[in-house]
Amino acid sequence: MTATAEPHVGRSLRRKEDPRLITGRARYIDDIALPGMLWAALVRSPEAHAKIVSIDASAALEHEGVHAVFTGADMTDGGPLPMAWAPPGVEVRNPEHWPLAKDSVKHVGDPVAVVLGDDRYGVVDAAELVAVEYDPLTAVTDPEKAIEGPPFVHEELGTNEVHRWTLSGGDLEQGFKEAEVIVDRRVINHRTAGAAIEPRGVLADYRAGSLTLWSATQVPHFLRLFLALLLGMGEDRVRVIAPEVGGGFGSKLQVYGEEVLAAWCSRKLGRPVKWIATRSEEMMVCHQGRDHVGRARMGAKRDGTITAFHVEILADFGAYNMILTPLIPSLGAFVMSGCYKIPAVQTDIVGVFTNKCPTDAIRGAGRPEATHYIEVTLEQLAAELGMDPLELRRKNFIPREDFPAEVATGVIYDSGDYDKTLDRLLEHVDLTAFRREREELRSKGVYRGIGFSTYTEICGLAPSRITGPDGVGVQAGLWESAMVRVHNTGAVTVYTGTSPHGQGEETAFAQIAADRLGVDPSVVEVVHGDTGTGPEGRNTYGSRTTAVGGEAIARCAIKVADKARAIVAHKLEAAPEDIEVQGDKFAVKGSPEKGMTLADVAGAAYIGDVPEGMEPGLEETTFYDPENFTFPFGAHACVVDVDPDTGKVKVIRYVAVDDCGKAINPLLIDGQIHGGVVHAIGQALYERVAYDEDGQLQTGTFVDYALPTAAELPSFELDRTETPSPVNSLGAKGVGEAGTIAASAAVTNALIDALRPLGVTYINMPLTPMRVWGAIQEAKGGAQ
Amino acid sequence: MPRTVPVRLHVNGVEHRLEVEPRLLLVHALRDNLGLTGAHVGCDTSNCGACTVHLDGRAVKSCTMLAVQADGAEVTTIEGLGTQEQLHPLQEAFWNNHGLQCGYCTPGMIMAAAALLAENPSPTEAEVRHALEGNLCRCTGYHNIVRAVLDAAKTKGATIQEEVSA
Repeated sequence: MTATAEPHVGRSLRRKEDPRLITGRARYIDDIALPGMLWAALVRSPEAHAKIVSIDASAALEHEGVHAVFTGADMTDGGPLPMAWAPPGVEVRNPEHWPLAKDSVKHVGDPVAVVLGDDRYGVVDAAELVAVEYDPLTAVTDPEKAIEGPPFVHEELGTNEVHRWTLSGGDLEQGFKEAEVIVDRRVINHRTAGAAIEPRGVLADYRAGSLTLWSATQVPHFLRLFLALLLGMGEDRVRVIAPEVGGGFGSKLQVYGEEVLAAWCSRKLGRPVKWIATRSEEMMVCHQGRDHVGRARMGAKRDGTITAFHVEILADFGAYNMILTPLIPSLGAFVMSGCYKIPAVQTDIVGVFTNKCPTDAIRGAGRPEATHYIEVTLEQLAAELGMDPLELRRKNFIPREDFPAEVATGVIYDSGDYDKTLDRLLEHVDLTAFRREREELRSKGVYRGIGFSTYTEICGLAPSRITGPDGVGVQAGLWESAMVRVHNTGAVTVYTGTSPHGQGEETAFAQIAADRLGVDPSVVEVVHGDTGTGPEGRNTYGSRTTAVGGEAIARCAIKVADKARAIVAHKLEAAPEDIEVQGDKFAVKGSPEKGMTLADVAGAAYIGDVPEGMEPGLEETTFYDPENFTFPFGAHACVVDVDPDTGKVKVIRYVAVDDCGKAINPLLIDGQIHGGVVHAIGQALYERVAYDEDGQLQTGTFVDYALPTAAELPSFELDRTETPSPVNSLGAKGVGEAGTIAASAAVTNALIDALRPLGVTYINMPLTPMRVWGAIQEAKGGAQ
Repeated sequence: MPRTVPVRLHVNGVEHRLEVEPRLLLVHALRDNLGLTGAHVGCDTSNCGACTVHLDGRAVKSCTMLAVQADGAEVTTIEGLGTQEQLHPLQEAFWNNHGLQCGYCTPGMIMAAAALLAENPSPTEAEVRHALEGNLCRCTGYHNIVRAVLDAAKTKGATIQEEVSA
């Protein structure tokens, strides 16, 4: 690249995706219909735990327009839903989980029958006519009671324990022995919903031995594999298409029973079958996140040197293991050292079944919980030591010269510069002014606090040698693929095995390919989310799409460019090594006027005017498996005001400095941080999935489950540093989950800071007015 | 067959005569009967606002009203607001300011914002935030949505090809 043309990578290009979205012309799952299509509605359990005594579908079958009703007993072919984690040396209890319950139901919403008919409304009417007799069993919803059991969610297991798993490094006992101060806190990461605004849906079309299935999914390739396995079909006969997908946040990283069921029904009836979830259904059955009861102990010397950190997690998995359920808390364990040099770190995880909706990956997936354990406990320690929490952080930061840095648990952080992000944060946050304002507000009865979170996270999932069957135990390689096709005219199509659903990678990936091919991003089309096009892929989750999928595209585009250089050299009678991309041409070094555009090269390639022995055409495929994960990091500050009379907390300011490596498109990065931070503010202040002790869901709609709205939030102040990752040639790390991973601790720390003058020194999320007011009252009582 | 009733809807300037079940929601009449799939359904309790359209110039949640209640009314959906060739200032501003990610809430968000600007052409940030309280977005944290609405109010949609963020 010469100085005459600025690279496209690094520019805040507005998105290629947007024209169809802003005009209402995008095509989401519920916008697709097929001739002869039937609608499906599910009959779901109102009981949290019960035996199914009988199912009488006769009235439903007589309902006008109804074609069939199926129950679990009808699904005699096919296997149970998958759980794809088998860590070496660890027993994971994994009871069978079917698309339709067979003998018993384990949580409210568990499906027991499916009704198929001509009309969207009619099948819902008919589903209400299916008479199911239940014999209720005692439900268990509190994980701390469940682990003691009985009652057991799965009687045949004789326990509610799913598994035990530990990651440790260093001498924990010695570390606590050396500590002069130890803080010991009960830390709750409560249950939340993914709550993508688009509810899930699926359309299955089985015809002449082949299945095409559209689903609002993040993982079309995984879904194709499991549909083929569960339905006994060849993968060549299954095509899965993720159309426009209206947000995922992990909740669409799944192989759901409804997806398998729709395909099974379509094959059974020889008709296309469509199912669209209602929000009320989603609140019952779309997998949820978090739900840890944790105990965090941090030990330090008087001077602030942290000597040991131990976290014990009781993770509530709900009623079944979904595809990655028991792995999720372990993702947090990998970064339980945070940004700090701690000689001994240990995470002990116990998974437990309860009669609630299953949990699995939700934005951050184990890492928001980990940051919360680390950063809240660290500020508690600072208070105990009487030390400034930022000074305590700086004292323990892994210094920049230590990277790549191996932490106590053996995990190797790729790159980092934690002082730099914190320095940058403090350029935006004037602590002296903050203290002055706080005093002024105090006289008005408003209590203001500031809290921080300096985090690192692990993302860019790959590398297969670590995540795979012999390593962590995920039963898949997590590499990524790319295919770059230059058309006759020089237009470019990039096929990615990732499946973005709002992140903007159609734009970012076009920028990556454009730089390497000497074209404008506007002529690079990015195709994703369709297993019928492009190579096998590993989809979108774990902030992997750019760091792994983007790098695959970069490498693939370089392969294409290498072939183009050979063709240009042949045509211009130069040496291939003397040809380079200069602006919009492949040109001879030092003679930019002597060159060919990509369109010229493609013309030669497809006409067969290529060097002796070279194949015609201009298209390449790449599979990329990185050597390591990537570790984005950052420093966040949150300012809150509390009204002590009502307990109401308001976020006044939120400042975030993030480092996700080399920025591909800053506009998109900022967008990811905004959304990620609000996801965590939601968890900290408003959102909580609640069940009563009988297992009845109390937050069954968006009326009861409080998502943050524009009215509660401030605008955000963002900045960025760029510490490239050495793992990939882009230097990129990933940013999709960073905001969510960082923010709940910053909000909680800010609230505790605000409440200290009122005698409250610690509080757990969700920081609802009731809980905050209660804590203030309790502290008052304690002081009397 | 369930009993049906006739309904006349003027949608985006075109008159449609439909025979619908009295219980048919307006959003389903628009989406399933007329093929206007820009209005989306994100909840069943009128919270999310993804289905927002204009009824006789006012923003309404089309999942919370029956098609028969809209008999004779003028309905404008996102498809009637602007075209690919001639975007509405709000559509342009949402694009320029990265006011959308997955896009699912976007049609409703834009229609709600258009109703706000029709009433209050120069709103403050607080007024924009208050006006969008009935529209949920899980992707953007609302930051760039608010920026887009303020930008549309200020520029009336003057195109900014590229905008470099902080």
